[in-house]
Amino acid sequence: MAATIEPSRLPSPDRALRERATFTSTVADTWVLTRRNLLRNIRLPQVLLFSTVQPIMFLLLFTYVFGGAIGQALPPVAEGEYINWLMPGLLVQISVFGAGQTAIGLTDDLSKGVIDRFRSLPMARSAVLAGRTFADLGRNTAVVTLMLLVGFLIGFRYQTSFLRFLAGAALGLAFAYSLSWVMAVIGLYVKDPEATQSAVFLPVFPLVFASSVFLPTETMPDWLRVFADNQPITTVTNALRALMLGEGALPEGQVLASQLLISLVWIASITLVFSLLAIRAYRRAVN
Amino acid sequence: MATRSDGPIIEVRDVVRTFGAVRALDGVDLAVEPGIVYGLLGPNGAGKTTLIRVLATLLRPDRGSVRVAGVDVVADPNAARARIGLAGQFAAVDAFLTGRENVEMVGRLYGLSPRNARQRADDVLERIGLTRDAGRQVGTYSGGMRRRLDLAASLVGRPEVMFLDEPTTGIDPRNRLELWDLIEDLVAAGTSVLLTTQYLDEADRLAARIGVIDRGVVVQEGTADELKDAVGGSVLELVVPDGHHVRAMETITAATGEEVLELAGRRLRVAAREGSRTLLEVVRALDAAGVEADDIGLHKPSLDDVFLAVTGEPTGQDTDVGHDIDDPASTVAGDRSRGRRG
Repeated sequence: MAATIEPSRLPSPDRALRERATFTSTVADTWVLTRRNLLRNIRLPQVLLFSTVQPIMFLLLFTYVFGGAIGQALPPVAEGEYINWLMPGLLVQISVFGAGQTAIGLTDDLSKGVIDRFRSLPMARSAVLAGRTFADLGRNTAVVTLMLLVGFLIGFRYQTSFLRFLAGAALGLAFAYSLSWVMAVIGLYVKDPEATQSAVFLPVFPLVFASSVFLPTETMPDWLRVFADNQPITTVTNALRALMLGEGALPEGQVLASQLLISLVWIASITLVFSLLAIRAYRRAVN
Repeated sequence: MATRSDGPIIEVRDVVRTFGAVRALDGVDLAVEPGIVYGLLGPNGAGKTTLIRVLATLLRPDRGSVRVAGVDVVADPNAARARIGLAGQFAAVDAFLTGRENVEMVGRLYGLSPRNARQRADDVLERIGLTRDAGRQVGTYSGGMRRRLDLAASLVGRPEVMFLDEPTTGIDPRNRLELWDLIEDLVAAGTSVLLTTQYLDEADRLAARIGVIDRGVVVQEGTADELKDAVGGSVLELVVPDGHHVRAMETITAATGEEVLELAGRRLRVAAREGSRTLLEVVRALDAAGVEADDIGLHKPSLDDVFLAVTGEPTGQDTDVGHDIDDPASTVAGDRSRGRRG
């Protein structure tokens, strides 16, 4: 046994403190850190602005700048309104962009010594990453709600049922959660907050644009279309769009059930693989 | 306290920790009795921070045993974490939380109930004199206040042992004094403190015992007075013209019986055990030998001088000495100075 002295006979401390992580204490720690990270989103103006103004700016710019020209070229389910087509895509786009905050938040904590403090406390190890990703899920939920509200104000209408519309939003959030783990891995390897900004956003732009987020992939050159049609952002966007607009939003030959299934497999695989990688990267980063 | 006072509160035996080819800790032995401030002095890169990180369960040693407050840190880190507090080189507090929220959060992560955490946060904030500012976001605090808050956050778990890694580096003198008072209060309340510092005056004021660490080994250990005695009271430094070095060094050694060290910029340094009398002797001897000193002066031993005496080399602070890992000079020098002190 580790101690020569029985823990119960130790002098002053502090029965109030724990020495072993239990399930309950793990949940409590995760909640404490989730709350802390959520407060970071709300109270740091630069973070709050980035996560609210930026997606709304995208929504308004794309709707009013491209909407008129693009509206005519869309499948009939969009009813000639680009906003109907764009909204589901933008929900996926902000998930991808928003996930970058996971990486930035982590590197911020690493560089400020906050992670060291956490690791010197008798808390659950897993709470650091869990609290981070859960807080980002919470923030994404708020951002998606805000986007949808603005979307409704400027004319977005779902064409299916309210339940399917909600299912679509939930799918986008699940995808966002899986991407948080990808970004966590990037952040933990890069470590430096400045460098993380570019490490996160450089790959994100081509991935988002070479997809069905903004436009159908049919007009892309073949080599690009093969990539665009098979990457997860397109799959999730298509499933989400079909949930909100109906199956007519899908490219020829696709059905909702299969797109949804493939999306869920993507989400589950990304979450599994990258959460394991993130845990490994975390151990490496702190030693 | 009966069981605890039998042995050291911190016990480090033969701890080795390498990073690639660098042996950051190269067989550290350390025993700290409870209820005191123990100061670890050393230049940058000596291994101070690595040792603190090992003690605070942030790093596993490659070899050796580490016990803190009776707990084997390597085998049972979580039990150790419940007994320690850590304040690092940065103030690891969240700028976007209020002072109270920061302390409360750490209390919760120590495992306190929400109510308990809140109550203790209030106590601790009162103790460090931040009650009035507790409701403000830390982003508005000064650097000194942040350091104090960082310390307070650790205190909320009522640790038996506090590790402070360069607690006053980079803060202004007034805040430095306040932090010193705080650390003294802590010890008066029964906490044992291990702190690292680059400042001899800080160790001087706070530490009952001091260990000098260099190249990953504790090369000298004792009270502040003992360390200064090892240097020899005062230090004589002089600058001689090019080409007169060897002659000057021989002359001074002959006159004082002390070994002369050659520093950068044509400077020579020698222990002046008898202060101004040594100065006069040296001036006369140099004069007789026809060596003219460009500059000559006597000063009190500084950290640099303690280092020089203990390690046989100036601290890396202004010269940025690339440490040669295989060089056994550190241990040899340590033995030599110990021998000199008799």
